[in-house]
This record gives sequence, C-alpha cells and structure tokens, in this order.
Amino acid sequence: MSQIAAVEPPPEESPTCTSYLDAGHTLVSWLTTTDHKRIGILYAIAITLFFFIAGFAIGLARLELMSPRGMLLTDEGYNRLFTLHGIVMVWFFLVPSIPATFGNFLIPLMIGARDVAFPRLNLLSWYIYLIGAGFTCYAIVAGGVDTGWTFYTPFSSLYANGNVVAAAAGVFVAGFSSIATGVNLITTTHMLRAPGMGWFRLPLFVWAIYATSLVMVLATPVLAMTLLLIVAERLFHLPVFNPHEGGDPILFQHLFWFYSHPAVYIMVLPAMGVISEVFSCFARRRVFGYVMMIYALLGIAIIGFFVWGHHMFVAGQSQYASLVFSFLSFMVAVPSAIKVFNWTATLYRGSISFEAPMIYAMGFLGLFTIGGLTGLFVASIPIDVHVTDTYFVVAHFHFIMVGGTVSAFFAALHFWWPKITGKLYSEAWARFAAIIMFLGFNTTFLPQFIMGYGGMPRRYHVYPQEFQVYHVISSMGALVLFAAYTLPLVYLGWSLFYGKRAGPNPWGATGLEWQTPSPPPEHNFDEIPRVDAPPYNYHPEKEEAFEPQGRS
Amino acid sequence: MIDGATVLRFPWPSVERQRLGVAFGMWTFLASEILFFGGLFLSYAVYRSLYPQAFAVASHATSMFYGTINTALLLTSSFVMTLALHASKKRARALVVSCLLLTAAFGLAFLAVKGLEYAEDIDKGLIPGPGFTLEPDTTRLFFALYWVMTGIHAIHLAIGVALVVYLGAALLSERMATESPAVEATSLYWHFVDSIWLVLYALIYLPGRHAP
Ligand code: HEM
Ligand SMILES: [Cu+2]
Repeated sequence: MSQIAAVEPPPEESPTCTSYLDAGHTLVSWLTTTDHKRIGILYAIAITLFFFIAGFAIGLARLELMSPRGMLLTDEGYNRLFTLHGIVMVWFFLVPSIPATFGNFLIPLMIGARDVAFPRLNLLSWYIYLIGAGFTCYAIVAGGVDTGWTFYTPFSSLYANGNVVAAAAGVFVAGFSSIATGVNLITTTHMLRAPGMGWFRLPLFVWAIYATSLVMVLATPVLAMTLLLIVAERLFHLPVFNPHEGGDPILFQHLFWFYSHPAVYIMVLPAMGVISEVFSCFARRRVFGYVMMIYALLGIAIIGFFVWGHHMFVAGQSQYASLVFSFLSFMVAVPSAIKVFNWTATLYRGSISFEAPMIYAMGFLGLFTIGGLTGLFVASIPIDVHVTDTYFVVAHFHFIMVGGTVSAFFAALHFWWPKITGKLYSEAWARFAAIIMFLGFNTTFLPQFIMGYGGMPRRYHVYPQEFQVYHVISSMGALVLFAAYTLPLVYLGWSLFYGKRAGPNPWGATGLEWQTPSPPPEHNFDEIPRVDAPPYNYHPEKEEAFEPQGRS
Repeated sequence: MIDGATVLRFPWPSVERQRLGVAFGMWTFLASEILFFGGLFLSYAVYRSLYPQAFAVASHATSMFYGTINTALLLTSSFVMTLALHASKKRARALVVSCLLLTAAFGLAFLAVKGLEYAEDIDKGLIPGPGFTLEPDTTRLFFALYWVMTGIHAIHLAIGVALVVYLGAALLSERMATESPAVEATSLYWHFVDSIWLVLYALIYLPGRHAP
C-alpha cells in the first residue's frame, strides 16, 4: 500500500462518490441496508444499549453490597441481578462488541474490498441478534433468571424457578448471529483481498478478527447444542444431565466450557488486534515482530480450545485431567506474553504521542497484563482450589474482559471515530475520560483480589463485616467507572453536531481504510486499490513534522 | 450466458471468484454444523461407554426396518442432487429443475417414513418420562439422545427441502441463472445432512445387533 506521507485532507471531496452516511437518510434505508459500514453502526447502537442495561443491573447489586447485611434486595432478587448482568454483558455486549461493529465496518476497508462476502447474510445476522436479544429481554421482564450466566445443571435444568428456557433460547439464537458473522468475515478475508494484499500484508486487526471468527464458527455451535439440551430437559424431561436418571451434570460443564473458554478469546483477540493498530500508529513504528504476532494470535486461538477443564478443577474431574488442563492453560500464557512483549518492544524508542486512543490502549496493556498473570494463579490447581468461586476469580476475569476488551473497545472507538463519522471529537475530554476510566477500573476491581483471596465468595450478598471496607471501595470505584463510561456518549455525541471535519487520515496512520475519504463512500473504493508494501510503513525518522489533527 | 438472470452479485469481482467464495462460505458453515452435532455425538459416546448394555437393549427397541428404508431414500436423494449439479454446469435448465424436485420428493418421503417411525415409537412408549416402558432405567438416556438427534436432523432436512424447492422455483421462473453458485451451495448442504444421517444410522440402529 502506498505510504501516506501527506496528512493533509484533499481540498475537495470528489463529487462522484456519496459517503455511506449520505446514501439514504430514512429509517428504512438503515434497517434494510446491506452496507457493512451501516450494519456495523446498527450493531454499535444495539450493544451500547445492552451495555448500559447490564451496567445498571450491576450498579444496583454493588449498591446492595455496600452493607454486609444486605438490606436492599432479596436473595432471589440479587441472584437475578447478577445473572442478568452476566448474560447480557457476555452474550449481548462482549461477544459481538469489536468483531460485529469494528470488524464489520473495517475488514472490507482494510483489505480493499467493496463489502463483505455475503452482504445480505450480514444484515440477517443483525436481525438474528435482535431476535435473541428479544427472548432474553422477555426473560428479564418476566422476572429474570437465577442460574448465573453459566446455566449450570442440574440446577438450571431441574430446580431453577426463573425463565431459563427464554434466556437459553435468547443465547442460542444470538449464537447463530455470531456464527453467521464468523462465516462471513472468514470468507471475506479469504476471498476478497485486493490484488497484492497477501496474508502477510494484512493489518493485525484483520488477522485478529480472522482468528476470532474461526473460534466463533467452531465453538459457538457446541454451546448452542448444550443450551438446546437444557431446554429439552426442562420442557420434555429428557434426562440428559439429570443424575437421578443416570445423566451426568459434569458433562454439561465440559460442553459449556468447551465453548465458553474459547469465548473469552472471542472477546480478547479482537482487542489485541485493535491495540496493535493503535500502538504502531501512535508510536510511529512498525509492529515489532509482525509475523510472530500473527502466530501468537493463531496459537492463542488454537490452544484456547484445549484448556476448558481449568474451570472444573473442583467439579469432580479426574486429577489427571486437571493436570493436563493446568499445563495447557500455562501454555496459553506463552503466546499471550509474546504479544505483550512485542507491544512493549513496539513502543520502545517510538516517538509516542498520547492521543486519547493511545491512552486507552496503554490502559489495556496494564490491565490485560494483570488479568493474564492472575490467570496463571487460577490455572495452578492448588491456588485455584483456594480461590474458586471467590472474588479473586471475579477480579481476574474482569481485568481481562473489562480492563482488556472494554478498554480496547474504547481505544477502537476513539481511533476510528473520525473515519466512521468524519468528525473530530474533543481530545481533552477524551483523554480525561480515558484516565478516569483507568482509575475507576482499578478502584473497583483491585480490592476484589484482596477480599477474594481472604475468602469472600462470589454470588453472595450478605457477608462478614470484615469485607465491608473492600466492598465500599469497590462500589465507589464502580460509580467513577460508570461516569467514565457515560462521558464518551456526551462528547462523542457532541462531535457529531459540532465537531470539526476530520480529513481522510487525521492520525497520519497507514492502512487502506485511511486512504478513503472520511466518512467512506458507499461502496468503499471507486477502484479496487493495489497493495505493494507491507503494513505499518511508518518512518519515524522522516516524520518530525507529524502533528496529529486530533488535537483541538 | 443463456438466460437473462445474472450470476455475478455485489461485491464479487468475478464469477469465478464468487463461485469459489460461495462454496468456501458453505464449507465454513458446515464445519460449524459438524461441531453442532459434535456436542450430541460426544454425549452419546459418554453415555454409551457408561451404559453399554442399556444402549444395546435400547437400540434393539428401534425400528431397523424404517431406519434402513430411510437410509436408502437419502442416499438416492444425494445421487439425484449430484445429477442436478452436473446439469446446472451444463446449463440444462429443465433437467436441473426436475432433479431438484425429485430430490425434494425423496426428502419428503424420508420425513414421512420418519413420521411413521415416530408414531410407532410413541406407541411403544419410548418417550422418556412417565409412560416410558423400557428397562433398565438408563435406556432413557439413549432415547433422550435419539429424539434430540433425529429431531434436529429432521429439522435440517426440512430446511433442506425448503431450500431445494425454493431453488427449483427460482430456476423455473428464470429468476435465477441455471449455473448459479447457489446450486452448488445447496447441494453441499444437502449432502451434509445426508452424511449426518449415515452417522445417526450407525449410532441408533446398529449397536448390539450382532448379539442375539
Ligand atoms: C485472555 C482472556 C481471558 C478471559 C477473557 C478470561 C475470562 C474468564 C472468565 C469469564 C472466568 C470466569 C469463569 C467463572 O464464572 O467461573 C475465568 C476464570 C478462569 N480463568 Fe480466565 N480469562 C482469560 C485468560 C485466562 C488465562 C490466560 C488463563 C490461564 C493461564 C485463565 C485461567 C482461568 C481459570 C483457571 C479460571 C477458573 C477459575 C475458577 O473457576 O476458579 N484465564 N476467566
Ligand atoms: Cu477458561
């Protein structure tokens, strides 16, 4: 791809191409669009809604946890709240978050394609997602579910008295949406790359979404089948997981975690892709060890399929199985560490500028590292036996999923916002929000490691007095975090109306998506571009004059 | 091109590329489908290894007769489907349409036979639950999986029939080009559903048959 040295916007947008935003202004034009960019935005709107629904649920729960006696909610009510939080956050926010929004928007642009391989399937998968969400909303409105997001049997299949069937149906249906997206993006990446765009010239974000899509396509169906079996057991009394009838509840856990551990990579691999793009842009350097980064992504995706048993150390699986799963879990740490070290090396001696996306990305680096290292703790059998089902685990996976994935989501949002909307946002506010988010996050979740290690179990809302101080700090942190998540709504929304126009390439980044106007034209490229150089062709030595236009 | 309908769709650069891409996408989807059934096959393997006798007893209670007829029906349907694909490459529209409709007919015949078999199963009290008649208790596990596996297979087949009929109708009304990649995609799906049935046949009807 030709190097973008000049950062100047072209004097006049070429009049031949309308931007995808101007291609139609009616609601119908949006709801029937097959443009991958618009579908990305449809997803963004939907998941933002769910993010805040799930956030409010846990806000209530954290309020309840301020007092050790639990005065606000009943036991039942508390169970239903954290279940709602978990189900919605995992399946309706985290899983579709980066792949379905930025993946959809950017993959065709980044590889030089006019759209994804199957545009109508793409729209269909958004509607499938909404149908799934509809079922889940019904389950919530009808009184909620109390099984936790993991639906463990035999509780979920025999005893739970919430709307398990509706909730499971929602997740089941949403799964098909993620399979469809996966199939679409895999085919797009294989088949629609522009001439010259070889596999080892793809931006790492494309690689990350590709690896994620593989996991989606291969893991999601197993979850779907498992949920179907629960529903069969509840509705028709088929005894698959019922121990009284010879069924095996542990089998459920094997099937569930066979999906759900890889699912954490569905959440975190795209984040890794985002971080590579942002770091190399704001350090003005080629990603260190580009090829190694690709193998690391694939390594994580593949080994991720063989570690599910680390969720079952105390569930009654054979100790030999536990040993193997423990060992394999440590193996995942290797490619993960490669990524962290390579990012660090990318930053080393780079000419770094701290624009908002960069601050979010830096936050990711720190939080993901803590989350990953504590992953090694819980992958060690003796430590896991001690901390299983305590707040230690809660803190661990929040560092990965929230500190990691959500930080990266915000990094992506700020990095590509000018491309998507054609507008610049207030850099000062954005930096402020990024810093508040980092602080709020740590205030919320660091105390949870301590109390978890001290024995505070998860999923309880009455607890011994001694944990109160940690809970109070954590709840205060959650309040700050909530503010930090709402701020972008305000200043990004503001930028839509009053923001300065962004040129095609406000950060002076490389990549095909930055060679199109902002916002991009309806069919991406008038003429399919030719690619003749490796990605990340930054030249810091020649770049003294670099002054991102993002500042305002 | 012989007929009016265009083959090339947005955003593909060429018909060749599109043909490859559609087939590739279908294979990717089928990989996903294999894992969908994989969850069931795994459960089956676990329980069969835990309760081998019960599974042999339960398998004897199934109807070999219906199962075998159905296997024959599906294998024939796959053969006809392949003819349709060949005819589509030769652009023999009438032949494609008739092969597709024949394929759908075999599929429907399968579903009808399966319905008869289900009726007989219900008669014999083979639904896990209060009226279940078979001993020992763990044969219920076999039948739980039996109903889920064959049920899901039947749903897949019904979708297949709908696709094939839709395709035939689109070709007949000349809304679709004879050599459209959709024919290959549909045939891949059809063969997949048939292959799953072959596995189910072996899992459901055959265990313990060699024993007296
Ligand atoms: C990379 C992204 C990761 C994400 C998104 C993630 C997410 C999660 C989640 C959601 C749970 C909670 C399961 C539950 O509710 O019981 C969890 C637990 C666990 N994680 Fe991670 N994790 C990640 C990385 C790792 C790594 C690298 C390891 C090991 C080296 C690891 C080891 C574990 C273990 C062993 C548990 C089970 C703890 C227990 O049940 O006691 N995780 N993780
Ligand atoms: Cu795991």
